[in-house]
Amino acid sequence: MFLYSSITKKVLMALAGLFLVTFLCVHLGINLMLLKNDGGRAFTEAATFMGTNVLIKVFEIVLFAGFLLHIVFGLLVSGQNRGARPTSYAVNNSSDTSPFSKYMFHTGIIVFIFLLLHFIDFYFIKIGLVAPPPGIAAHDFYNRTLLLFSTPGYSALYIFCFIALGIHLNHAIQSAFQTLGWNHGKYMDAVKLLGSAFSFFIAAGFSLVPIFILFFKN
Amino acid sequence: MNFTLKIWRQKNVAAKGEIISYDVSGISPDSSFFEMLDTLNQKLIMTGGDPVAFDHDCREGICGTCSLYINGRPHGPVKGVTTCQLHMRSFADGETIHIEPWRAKAFPVIRDLIVDRSAFDKIIQAGGYVSVNTGGVPDANTIPVPKEKSEAAMDAAACIGCGACVAACSNAAAMLFIGAKVSHLALLPQGRVEAAKRVQKMVACMDELGFGNCSNTYACEADCPKGISVTNIARMNREFLGAKLFAEKEKVVRDSL
Repeated sequence: MFLYSSITKKVLMALAGLFLVTFLCVHLGINLMLLKNDGGRAFTEAATFMGTNVLIKVFEIVLFAGFLLHIVFGLLVSGQNRGARPTSYAVNNSSDTSPFSKYMFHTGIIVFIFLLLHFIDFYFIKIGLVAPPPGIAAHDFYNRTLLLFSTPGYSALYIFCFIALGIHLNHAIQSAFQTLGWNHGKYMDAVKLLGSAFSFFIAAGFSLVPIFILFFKN
Repeated sequence: MNFTLKIWRQKNVAAKGEIISYDVSGISPDSSFFEMLDTLNQKLIMTGGDPVAFDHDCREGICGTCSLYINGRPHGPVKGVTTCQLHMRSFADGETIHIEPWRAKAFPVIRDLIVDRSAFDKIIQAGGYVSVNTGGVPDANTIPVPKEKSEAAMDAAACIGCGACVAACSNAAAMLFIGAKVSHLALLPQGRVEAAKRVQKMVACMDELGFGNCSNTYACEADCPKGISVTNIARMNREFLGAKLFAEKEKVVRDSL
């Protein structure tokens, strides 16, 4: 796996990344159910389905594999890139390029830290590795979410992480197309535009939940 | 015009280099960047100093010998020109100009601003030959080539191999160079014969030489003096994936004895 050529590594990263994007869409769909004023019934039902359905359980393993692949190759490729220029320039490159594209590693690290935090807050409680906070059942994601987002500091951190993810995706989507060789005069502009729009909606969609809870639930 | 130059000086590959400041004065706005450096070197020679070593050959923007990373841009601030075609009128009077060599593990600095770009030659060599029939000269139209394909191949072949793409890339990747070289042959029927083998060998050689990976930042395209498009990188990726997934396994030819 470490001996794969640079293009193979990038292709595997792109495919894993695109798969993770589909996961984001599903996750966002369920999160937005929190905005429904039904005491968390729809949200809990969706969360229970995701936690018990056999097919979803299988895909959970695929999902973890996708994350692992994307992160391991990301670190590997970034390490190689650093090694490819041992002496840096005195004057940094000022070429006319997308500013976000140069911070994929940094935004990736922020998203990774968020992922760990998210695991501790939800997944580890669900599987019983971490004890739930007093008064909240291990499977009660609804009240757990309300509790977490009632702290403005946590909400701010959450939104910050999703802005980082939005920046990451803004470059990632068109970059994945290019890496897979799907660059064509006919549709590349549309890919770039839709990719940017998609990343904005992902960042805004996820950020909507804490904002809504902070201002309208308390 | 007067300028302050901050130039990277390095005795040889092993030596530790440093940036030295020089002042040049009375430079004509219509002189080229190299004529300005020639003026500096003449002054250095007259005063017993060591002239600054830099690569240059044709000085008309077609040979790909010149380099220089000027104020954070390979080939300087003007789009679509090589350093030799850059003029001092593109700078402000009294400006401080930073001049550095290309920086990449695969391009070691030999002296001052000169780097060893033989890594590119190794990649070309790794690509191998193009099958051509021997015998009489074939008729010009024996093999039909669609006009669009020949145009695209010519656009890719405009690459002069100067290495600005590697210098501009935040990862010191050579993907635009190899993308152009793979494309200009893969687009033509004459180059199709060895296309699958060629792309795999060139990419393997690139990795071996220590170039970085592409993160699709496209600084290469922005700074390429010949305007080579990153669509060539996408074409190389397609060629590479196609070759890895669908090309016939190479037969091992054994000696009949």
